[in-house]
Amino acid sequence: MSIISIRNLTKIYDGSSVEVTAVNGVNLDFEKGEFAAIVGPSGSGKTTLLNMLGGLDRPTSGEVIIDGQNIWDLSSSKLTEFRLNKIGFVFQSYNLIPVLTAGENTEFIMHLQGKSREERNKRTKELLDEVGIGDRIKSRPNKLSGGQQQRVAVARALASKPTFILADEPTANLDSKSTENLLDIMEKLNKEENVTFIFSTHDARVVNKARRVITLVDGQVDTDVTK
Amino acid sequence: MIWSISWKNIWRNKVRSAVVLTAIALGLTAGIFSSAFFTGMVNQRVEQAISNEISHIQIHKEGFRETTELKYFISDAGEKADSIKMIPSVTGVSNRIVIYSMVASAETAAGVKITGIVPEDESKVTGIHKKMIDGAYFERVKRNPVIIGKKLAEKLKVRVRSKVVITLQDMDKNITGGAFRVAGIFETANTGFDENNIYVRYSDLARLTDMPADACHEIAILINDNNQTLAVDDQVKKMFPALEVLNWKEISPEMSYLTEMMSLYNYIFIVIILFALLFGIINTMLMVVLERRKELGMLLAIGMSRIKVFMMIMLETVLLSLTGGVLGMIMGGLVSQYFGKTPINLSRWGEGYSQLGYDTVVYTHIESENFIVIAVMVIITGIIAALYPAYKALKYDPAEALRIE
Repeated sequence: MSIISIRNLTKIYDGSSVEVTAVNGVNLDFEKGEFAAIVGPSGSGKTTLLNMLGGLDRPTSGEVIIDGQNIWDLSSSKLTEFRLNKIGFVFQSYNLIPVLTAGENTEFIMHLQGKSREERNKRTKELLDEVGIGDRIKSRPNKLSGGQQQRVAVARALASKPTFILADEPTANLDSKSTENLLDIMEKLNKEENVTFIFSTHDARVVNKARRVITLVDGQVDTDVTK
Repeated sequence: MIWSISWKNIWRNKVRSAVVLTAIALGLTAGIFSSAFFTGMVNQRVEQAISNEISHIQIHKEGFRETTELKYFISDAGEKADSIKMIPSVTGVSNRIVIYSMVASAETAAGVKITGIVPEDESKVTGIHKKMIDGAYFERVKRNPVIIGKKLAEKLKVRVRSKVVITLQDMDKNITGGAFRVAGIFETANTGFDENNIYVRYSDLARLTDMPADACHEIAILINDNNQTLAVDDQVKKMFPALEVLNWKEISPEMSYLTEMMSLYNYIFIVIILFALLFGIINTMLMVVLERRKELGMLLAIGMSRIKVFMMIMLETVLLSLTGGVLGMIMGGLVSQYFGKTPINLSRWGEGYSQLGYDTVVYTHIESENFIVIAVMVIITGIIAALYPAYKALKYDPAEALRIE
């Protein structure tokens, strides 16, 4: 049974003179434990699709059903809560809070969830160990390399125990070695802990690792290949 | 955790925060110092008025204060004074004969308030005996000594041992008078007082006016603690229900207004300072919110509720304001304390002040409750300053904010 169903999802941006259809009638289903990449040229609607899937950008029409709930039926505050508990985000430019350490950045989301300090500390340590930077728990982002920062971001995304993780071009700012490393970690999490990952990417290395590749062209699904 | 993030966020841009903190701290230091200065000045004025002029409590016969006629005297005054002295916090009681009349020297004459006192009793109530700048307090002149203020001495062109003539009406409204010799000249901080007051011995004035034995117009009472004034006032009122018993606030309402007005002015002044600082804080926080737009968008995206984002910005602003506020209060407090021990001498510009009764040497004074009020005002300023920037942050669209490179 699919954990995510996208039905007839359409997003039309009202420009000053012309309307731009960024996503046009997309239908997709994702199962638990998928490792899927959404690819396509710039302007094909990857980020818009991901934003609608992540509850950040309201679609013009269509549905996004996650765990049986059409998220766009939720009120703004319920949707925020939904994002907090069900979706993990990894962004292209890491987006860590610069004044917090790696550990605090990871812990922050559990704090928002109202988890006890004990639980937060325990899970933070586990997660950072899992992404291989347990020794940098007290480092601030500016003391970490891009690859390390992105690994903190992955740990943060996992911290809330979400239904799935959305990663918008997670390797775009990383060198080959860091990319390789990050992909290995995500693949391991996917295989060992059955964490669902959905990427948008340009990166051939990500596409290679992905077990399902969805290609968007002009806002529509062009191909959807499961390896 | 939100507290800790807000606090850490303040120090992200150290220079900018330092500039705002300095502005708040200096503004408040100036505000607190000026408040301490004027409070000190007014307190000294009030203390002097009490210790040199009015004392804490005065008793008169009903009608005397309105008419100042001799016939409104208090009889058996000595016995009354003795019973008042029994009240524990009373430190001095002085029975006075008070007459508004004329004093003349060889050169000129002036209208004055003539107070007949028992020098030993009076010195327990007012500090005139400590203000002698020439001659002595009822000493060295055996017959009819008078002590007069410096300003009046200059006006009458008299010196110690000069002769003056006091003209007045006796109990039967006959014009009478007596020759007195200047025993001493006093100077208080209030030149107006010095120009209009002379003191003679109770016995001399009683003889001249033909007052009944043991009668007086005014019983002045000094107590050891100003805060006890109302309690003692009550007690004395109960002892002498037929007489008019007034405390210093009733005798000299302008003194009481002065204290109240001054504390109001002080707060108005600080409100003006904080109002100006408010816009500086708003400006800084708007920059902060704009600069951190992407980060705030990320926080909203990962599931931080809008109300928490709003509170975080509010908290950051209030903490920033309060840090500046505490610095300002410490600095203002230290400066005020320093000048509370090392007074500020205004004598170079002081002529006008002393004519209005103000001391030209000012000891700054600050009440601890002022600090609490100022701290609350700073927090309120912080909250008001935070509202608009925090509202801006609240309105960010996470998807849009995240698109910023």
